Amino acid sequence: MFSLKDKKLAEEIISKIKKLDVKLKFMHVCGTHQDTLVKHGLDTLLKECGIEIGQGPGCPVCVTTPKEIEEMLLLARKGKIVATFGDMINVPGETQSLQSMKTEGYDVRTVYGIEDAVNLAEKHKDKDIVFMAVGFETTAPTTASVLLKNPPSNFSILCCHRTIPSALKAILDMGEIKIDGLIEPGHVSTIIGTEPYEFISKDYHVPQVVAGFEPLDLLMAVWMLVQQIEHGKAYVQNEYARAVNKEGNVKAQKVIDEVFESGDKKWRGFPVIPQSSLELRSKFGVYDARRKYESDLKEISNKEFKEPEGCRCGELLRGLLLPQECPLFGTQCKPESPVGPCMVSIEGSCSIEYRYTKKR
Amino acid sequence: MCLAIPGKVVEIDKNKEHGIVDYGDGTKRKVNISLVEVKVGDYVLVHAGFAIEVLDEKEAQETLDLFREMLSADEEG
Repeated sequence: MFSLKDKKLAEEIISKIKKLDVKLKFMHVCGTHQDTLVKHGLDTLLKECGIEIGQGPGCPVCVTTPKEIEEMLLLARKGKIVATFGDMINVPGETQSLQSMKTEGYDVRTVYGIEDAVNLAEKHKDKDIVFMAVGFETTAPTTASVLLKNPPSNFSILCCHRTIPSALKAILDMGEIKIDGLIEPGHVSTIIGTEPYEFISKDYHVPQVVAGFEPLDLLMAVWMLVQQIEHGKAYVQNEYARAVNKEGNVKAQKVIDEVFESGDKKWRGFPVIPQSSLELRSKFGVYDARRKYESDLKEISNKEFKEPEGCRCGELLRGLLLPQECPLFGTQCKPESPVGPCMVSIEGSCSIEYRYTKKR
Repeated sequence: MCLAIPGKVVEIDKNKEHGIVDYGDGTKRKVNISLVEVKVGDYVLVHAGFAIEVLDEKEAQETLDLFREMLSADEEG
C-alpha cells in the first residue's frame, strides 16, 4: 500500500521554512491531524520555525454540548437501549457519564458504526434503540444511508451532526484569535470536496490547504500555506489529492441532502452557530429520537447545562488555549478521570497531548 | 471520529451493498460500500463501517514527485 515516507524531503521542508524566519499561527480542525503533529513531534519542530499550530473545534465528541449528553443519559434512564461510538460513553455529564450508567445496569452499548446499532434494533424488537449520531460531514452520510434503507421502527437517532465550514466562519467572525492559515480536514473533505471552503479565503483572505494524515502531508500543507502567505495569496489548495477532489463524494452529498437540512446549533464552547448542523428532514421524523421521545425528554427540554467546573475545553476548542495551559491538565483532568471531553476523546487535543507527552 | 482507515476491497457481495475490506494487517471486515463506486482490488478509506472514498493510486504515486517539484520550483522562483 502507498506510504508517504521520505525523511530527506521532510528535513528539506523544515529547513526551507526555518530560513524564512516567519511568525505564524495556523489552525486545523481534525483530531487525526493533531495526533500526527504531536506523535511525531512536528508541533515542537514547527514552533522552532516560528509556526504554531493549534486544534480548533475539530473533534465531534468534544463539540457535542452538555445538553446533548444529558439527553442521551435521560433516554438511557428511561429504559431505552442507547448506542454510541466508544469515546462518547466516557464524556462526563452533570452528574454521571453513559459509562457510569452502564455500571449501574442501564443498557448502554458501544458500536463501531450506525449499522451495528440497527442490528441491535433488529435483534431486540421489543426494545427501543437510540443511536447517538455524532460526527461531521464524514459520518453524516453513514447515518443518512442507513435511514434511507427503512430501519426498524424501534430504531431512532439523537441527531448531533455538525458541519465544519460554518464553524470555521464562526471562529473568524468571533475574531478572538489571529489565524494566518487553515489546514482543512482530509476526511471531511473527501465528502464535501474543496469548494465549500472557498468563501473563507475570498471573504477573510485566509489561505487554506486540505491535508492528508502522514507527517509529510502535514509538513507539505504547512509549506503550501507559508508559500501562499509569502506571495500574498489566499486560496484553497489540495495536498490530499489521492483521496480528495474538488467536487467531493457526490453520491454521499446526495444522501446527506435527501435526509438532512441545515440548521442553527450550539457547539460546546461556542454560541449558536448559524447553519452549522444537519437536522433530520420532517419525513424522517419517525427516526428522530427528540420527536419520538418528546415526553421522556420534557423534563430537560428547557434546561441549560453548564460546562464542568474549571473545565476550559470551550476555550481550547476556540483555539485560545493549549492543553498544557489548562490548570486541570494532567492534575485533576486525566484520561482515567476526565473533567472535559477533550481529555476523553482519542481525537481531543488534551487526550492526545497526555498520550504522547507522557511517553516523551 | 473522523478517523478513516485505508484498506483493499477483496470481495463484494451480490447486492453490491457490502464488501470485505482487507486492512493489510491480517484484519478483514465487512464494510458498507454503497457510498462509493468500487471494484475488487480498489483501495478505499473506511470510516464507521462505510467506505467513504476510493483512493486514487495514480495520484498517490505522484504525490511525492509533486512535492519535490513544488520545493524545487520555489528554489528557481
